[in-house]
Amino acid sequence: MTTLKERYYAVADGVRKAEAGRQKWAQGLRGRWQSIPKPVRLLAGLAGVVLLFALPNIAIPGIPFRTDEIPNGIGFSFVLSTIAIYVLVAVGLNVVVGMAGLLDLGYIGFYAVGAYTVAIFGSPDSIVATKYPWLICVPIAIALTMVSGVILGTPTLRLRGDYLAIVTLGFGEIIRLVAVNLRVTNGQRGIPSVPAPDEAHVDWNVFGWFRIKFDFDLDIFTPMDARPYYWLALVLIIVVILAVRSMERSRVGRSWLAIREDEDAASIMGVESFKFKLWAFAIGAAIGGLSGALFATRNVFVNSGNFNLLLSVMFVAAIVLGGQGNILGVVLGTVIVFYLPERFRFLSTKRELVFGLALIVIMVLRPQGLWPSRRRARELQDRKLEAKEAAAGA
Amino acid sequence: MPDDETTPTSEDTPTSEETPTAKETAAAEEIAAEERGGDSPAEFLAETAPETVAPPGAPLLSVRDVTLRFGGVVALDGVDFEVRTGEILALIGPNGAGKTTCFNVMTGVYKPTSGRVEFDGERLSGRKPHIITRMGIARTFQNIRLFPEMTAEENIMVGADAHHKTSVIGALLHLPRHGREERDGRRTAAELLEFVGLEGRGGELARNLPYGDQRRLEIARALATRPKLLCLDEPAAGFNPAEKERLQQLIRDIRDLGHTVLLIEHDMRLVMGVADRIVVLEFGQKIAEGPPAEIREDPRVIAAYLGVPEDAA
Repeated sequence: MTTLKERYYAVADGVRKAEAGRQKWAQGLRGRWQSIPKPVRLLAGLAGVVLLFALPNIAIPGIPFRTDEIPNGIGFSFVLSTIAIYVLVAVGLNVVVGMAGLLDLGYIGFYAVGAYTVAIFGSPDSIVATKYPWLICVPIAIALTMVSGVILGTPTLRLRGDYLAIVTLGFGEIIRLVAVNLRVTNGQRGIPSVPAPDEAHVDWNVFGWFRIKFDFDLDIFTPMDARPYYWLALVLIIVVILAVRSMERSRVGRSWLAIREDEDAASIMGVESFKFKLWAFAIGAAIGGLSGALFATRNVFVNSGNFNLLLSVMFVAAIVLGGQGNILGVVLGTVIVFYLPERFRFLSTKRELVFGLALIVIMVLRPQGLWPSRRRARELQDRKLEAKEAAAGA
Repeated sequence: MPDDETTPTSEDTPTSEETPTAKETAAAEEIAAEERGGDSPAEFLAETAPETVAPPGAPLLSVRDVTLRFGGVVALDGVDFEVRTGEILALIGPNGAGKTTCFNVMTGVYKPTSGRVEFDGERLSGRKPHIITRMGIARTFQNIRLFPEMTAEENIMVGADAHHKTSVIGALLHLPRHGREERDGRRTAAELLEFVGLEGRGGELARNLPYGDQRRLEIARALATRPKLLCLDEPAAGFNPAEKERLQQLIRDIRDLGHTVLLIEHDMRLVMGVADRIVVLEFGQKIAEGPPAEIREDPRVIAAYLGVPEDAA
C-alpha cells in the first residue's frame, strides 16, 4: 500500500515538474522576445501604445469588448479613463508592495489626499476657494502626499510584515473619516466643480508688483467626453513607468530588493534600510497623489464615498493578481480587476459573484500572479515548496 | 576607495565628501583608474583596499574590560583584548563560551553592560548597522545570509553600494554619478568574483550556487564594502578538507590585501594554520591570548577543550 507520505512526495514532485515546465515556456517566450532586434521591439511597443491611444475609437464587430455594447453597459471611454487612473495607482502601489515588499493596505489614503488637495485648492466651491488652476494644484497635491507618506512612514516603517499592514489599513480609514468630518472637505456632500486640466481663471496681484491674469477654458476636457482624460492618464502612466523602471535598475532598486529578501543582512551590508523604505513610501505616495489629482478632475466632484476600504483592498488585489513586482503584470492585473466588473454589467446583481469567482479561479491556477516578476515568483514558490516538504516530512 | 583616500581622517562624515574638491579628486581618480584599466586583479584590489589609518600592529579594534549581562546571566565577564591592524586574530572557545556574543558586541549588535569597544578610536555601541559598515567593519554569517534571488554580481554590488552616494533623484534622472557608480560596482564585482574563485559566475542566482561557492560569495560581498576589519563567523562550517585548505589561502590573501581579519572558528587545524594570534574564551572569560604555538601548549586551553584529568584536579 502506498503511504500517504509517498503520495505527498509524488504530488510535490508533480507540482515542481509542472512549474518547471511552465517556467521554461515562459523563459522561452521571454528569450524569443529578447532575441527580436531592438528596433523591431521598439516599433512593436510603439504600435501597442498607438493602439492604446486609439482604443476608445475602436470597435470590432463580433468581439464585444466595449462596455457600451452590452446591456446596461456604461460609456467605454469613461471606463477606460477610470481603469487608466487605477493603473497609475497600481504602478505607485507596486513600488511599495512589489519592489520594497512593504504591505500597504491604506494606499487609498494617499489617493484621497491627492484628490482632495486638487478639489480644495482648485474648486471655487471649496471654503478655501483659492481657485488655483489644475496644473498648479498637481504639484501641491504631489508634495502634500509625499509629506503625508513621510509622516505615516516615519513611525510605522519600524514595523514589519503584518503589523505594517494593519497600521496602514488604519491610515486609509483615518483619512476617509477625517474627510467625512472636516469642514474643509465638506463631508459626504463633498466638493463639486473641480477644475479641468485645460482651464485657468487666475487674477493674482503678486506683492503689488505685477499682475498675472489668465482666463481661459480650452474645452478639450469636458464632462461629456472622457477620452481626453484617458489620453492624459496614458501619458502620465508612460512617464511614471519609465521613471520607476530607471529607479528599479539602480542602487535604489537593488536596495529595495535586498531589504525585501533579508532586511537584517541588508543593513549589515550597509543598506540604509529605513531611508530606502521611507523613499519607497514617499515615491508610492507621490504617484498615488498624482492619480488622485487626475481622478478629481475627471470626476469633477469629490466626496468621502470615493475612497472606501473596498477600493483599497481592490488595489492590492489587482497587484497580487497581476504579479507583484512586475510593472506590466501589475498593469494587466489592474485592467482585469477593474474591467471585468464593467464587462459583466449585463448580469446586473450577479456580476459581483461572477467577478469574485473569476478572481478565485485565477488565484488558484496562478498563485504567483498572471505575469509576475521572475524573482517574486521564485520567492513565493520557494516558500510553497518548503511548506510542502515540511508537510510531507511531518 | 577614491573618496576615502582624499579624506582619510573624516571618511565617516558624508558632508566632507560633498565638498567640490573631494568630488573633483574622486572624479579624477576615477578617470585615472579607468585609464589604468589593464591592472591585474590583485593590483586593483590593493588599490581599493582600505586606507588603514593605523600603522600595522596598532590596535584597530579594542575590547576594553567588557562585561555583558542578560538579566542574571553573565555572558561576558571582563573580556579585554584587541585586534591589531594587519593581523589575523582568531577567537575560539568551546560551545557556549561566548564567542558569538563577543562577536556581536564587537560588531555593535549588543551594547556592553560595562566596559567599551572602540574601533579606530571611536565608540561602536549604539551606532546603526549601516554606519558601522561604513566605518569599516564587515561580516559574514554563520548560517549563510546572501540575497538568494539576486545574482552573485548583484549581491556584491549591494556591498559596493555601501560607499556609493547615488540618491533617488540621481537614479531617477540618470545623473553622471549614477552611471559612474554602477560601472564601479560592476567592476568591483567582477574583480572580487575572480578573487574568491567564482569568475564567470556573476550572472548566476546566489541560491543556485553550490554551498561552498555561497560561502565564498558572502566573503566577496563583505569585501565589497571595503572593510578595515573583516569578521568571519565560522567560515569553514560544512567544508571538506580540500575546501578548508583553499579557505585558508583565501584568508591569507585577504590579509595581504590590507584587511584585518577576525575569525571565529571551531576547526582547530584551520585556526592554528592561519591565525597570527588567538584569543580563547571560556564561560565568558578570556583564559588565554597569544600566538598559535603558545596557545597549543597552554594547560588551561587544553583543559577547556579536553577536560581536566582526574588526578590533576
